[in-house]
Amino acid sequence: MPTQKEAVKSVAPGDVASKVYVPPGKHDEFYVFFSGGFSGQVSVYGIPSGRIIKVIKVFSVDPETGYGFTPETKPMLMTSHGFIPWDDAHHPWLSQTNGEQDGRWLFINANNVPRIARIDLSTFETTEIIEIPNSAGNHPSPYGTENTEYVVAGTRFSVPIPQKDVPIDSYKENFKGTISFIKANEPGKMDVAFQILMPGFNYDLARCGRGPSHGWCFFTSYNTEQAHTLLEINASKNDKDYIAAINWKRAEECVAQGKYQEMPATYYHNYYDEEKHMAVSEVKKSVKVINPKDCQGVAYFLPTPKSPHGVDVSDDGEYIVGGGKLATVIPIHSFSKMLKAIEQKAFEKEIDGIPVLKYDAVLHCELEKPCLGPLHTEFDGKGFAYTSCFVSSEIIKYDYKGCKVVDRAPTYYSIGHLLVMGGDTKKPYGKYAIAMNKITKDRSLPVGPELLQSAQLYDISGEKMQLIHEFFTVGEPHYAQGILADKIKDKVKKIYELEKNKHPYAVKSEKDARVERKGNEVHVYMTMIRSHFTPDNIEGIKVGDTVYFHVTNLEQDWDIPHGFVIKGSEDAEILVMPGQTKTLVWKPKAPGIYPFYCTDFCSALHQEMQGYVRVSPAGSNAPLKYYTGTAQK
Amino acid sequence: MKKGLLLIAVALVFSCQQKPAEEAPKTETPPAPVEKKEEAISDKGIGPITEVKLGPIDQALAKKGKEIFDSKCASCHKLEEKYVGPPLKGVTQRRKPEWIMNMILNPSEMVQKDPIAKGLLAEYPTQMPFQNVSQEDARAILEYLRSVDEGK
Repeated sequence: MPTQKEAVKSVAPGDVASKVYVPPGKHDEFYVFFSGGFSGQVSVYGIPSGRIIKVIKVFSVDPETGYGFTPETKPMLMTSHGFIPWDDAHHPWLSQTNGEQDGRWLFINANNVPRIARIDLSTFETTEIIEIPNSAGNHPSPYGTENTEYVVAGTRFSVPIPQKDVPIDSYKENFKGTISFIKANEPGKMDVAFQILMPGFNYDLARCGRGPSHGWCFFTSYNTEQAHTLLEINASKNDKDYIAAINWKRAEECVAQGKYQEMPATYYHNYYDEEKHMAVSEVKKSVKVINPKDCQGVAYFLPTPKSPHGVDVSDDGEYIVGGGKLATVIPIHSFSKMLKAIEQKAFEKEIDGIPVLKYDAVLHCELEKPCLGPLHTEFDGKGFAYTSCFVSSEIIKYDYKGCKVVDRAPTYYSIGHLLVMGGDTKKPYGKYAIAMNKITKDRSLPVGPELLQSAQLYDISGEKMQLIHEFFTVGEPHYAQGILADKIKDKVKKIYELEKNKHPYAVKSEKDARVERKGNEVHVYMTMIRSHFTPDNIEGIKVGDTVYFHVTNLEQDWDIPHGFVIKGSEDAEILVMPGQTKTLVWKPKAPGIYPFYCTDFCSALHQEMQGYVRVSPAGSNAPLKYYTGTAQK
Repeated sequence: MKKGLLLIAVALVFSCQQKPAEEAPKTETPPAPVEKKEEAISDKGIGPITEVKLGPIDQALAKKGKEIFDSKCASCHKLEEKYVGPPLKGVTQRRKPEWIMNMILNPSEMVQKDPIAKGLLAEYPTQMPFQNVSQEDARAILEYLRSVDEGK
């Protein structure tokens, strides 16, 4: 592992600072979206400055905005296991058209309770989440296809399919994997198009083909030993595991021909309607499962040394690089050789109806002695591949056609994934690579036993990679994707238009603000604008009531949210964007006077933006009364 | 959002009006580039509206204006009462129609540069926001305010 002294050496002399200096008020050239790992969210950075510009709420509740607390957003986190407030988000993937990033959406997987989320890049909000049935540990995901026809999912953990109560040591007999294709092209319509039943291996990472290999997606597997305990040793015995090559166009044919089983399964599809400012959940009841035995040609295995992690397809769509964590070589497969091997039936055996191709028949070359622990690879569009190497803490750069290492650069420390700007598209931007490191020790001021993960920025525009910057990230990024800012920035919304607000409890005018009682439920139709609430004095609430504050922000000006919270609220605050409506639910427990206030500094008179609720004892006759200013209603 | 306070602190210095360039003595050499002067502030305010032609009150337009006013303006402006913003009765007699529409459409620049709007910000320190209204909407609001002032 390199030391800090070496790090200083690795920064070439010269004006490195100016390469990453973005003066105050100027914007970065790239957006980069980092997965939050165990934070469950996505963080957005400007590159090259390394400045954080947003945290997008995805799989974890967010007390800052009320995401996952409000009735409007709780349905987003519903699953067949109930309401889940957290997950482990691993791999962001930017939507593509024709193999190039189009700046419409970002997708990201949830690992623990298998799901995929769509984030709309006009609002940077999560607008859709679909649960993946017949799955466990959704790791090789979402890695979509070149026109965003599909995003994919796979099982890191094989489990009984369908689930049943069996002894764990019946693994080989009862445990299976699945690979799923989820329709992704239409907002609100995400759907599991079909699943392919796979042998009970661990499926790890994925990439879909482009150009000539469009129509195929590739998944790494490990634990082809099918161990169920002490995998550290028991899943590291075979010299080669497999890359699964899935022909999804063939799968579509099989579905059209009825060669699938409609299997009962319960899973959630959650969709946030931007005009209603509200999410709804739909429960799905079955899924189409294809058994490769019934759909010849849908799946093949490519032997690949050894416990491969990354499987990455070059920008021209021809080369498939496996990152064998325990391998001493980096195997580079050829897509055209694979097609030929299939045609010639160059199979060494078959597993559960899936032919295993001969290694030599699909291999383009082995990159010899590349580094220790090669993990994941991206491409720069100039004929070079960049692979992260965990054990030796470095990035290697190589000519993947000529199979020759041309440069290596240390990382600090223990790099996991890397990213090259646009490095999984037909037209990578190149220019920068970012190392996402797992061990931070000594890279920042000490802040206790837990340190943020470090990210290191490399200039890759020249012959030699040059470390030019370092910054720290939210959660534990497992991957990130970068996109030219120009592809997004002019499409970003500044407000929600009040006229389009179709929230059933919205009030678009102060004169419509009111309080209504329905039995023990009290609905407050409240407005907020700099710098007052209407109504701001409310009486007639009683202990035992459930009070719904439906708060609409009447502002139509960029960056003027107002917050709302009341003393004793057991939920998070709500942070309401201009033109938006959100609801805070409150159950007062004792009589008294309860202040509420705006939590977001909104104007010179922000501190005056407040109000009171009077709570009377249960059973009292206190009449409902509400007003703002002198005009009592 | 931290802009509100900043704006209050902004003090804009206008350069002194110099003699118009055409009155300068003529010389053989080409004239030195004349420094760009601040545009004189007119009583029409600053913004996209340079001229409004007024006719008799258009009742339909005034009605539409009232609807927009109720939704987007009435939280802060009452007609006769000093509220978050100034009372608006009589505003069409106090200000040019162009000024009123520019204040609706371009409030943040108005409170920085227009002397009347700057004075109002000092008196009513909540910065008036742009409420995402179109020029047509602003014209309708103007018509509503005219109908109030003319008692029609």
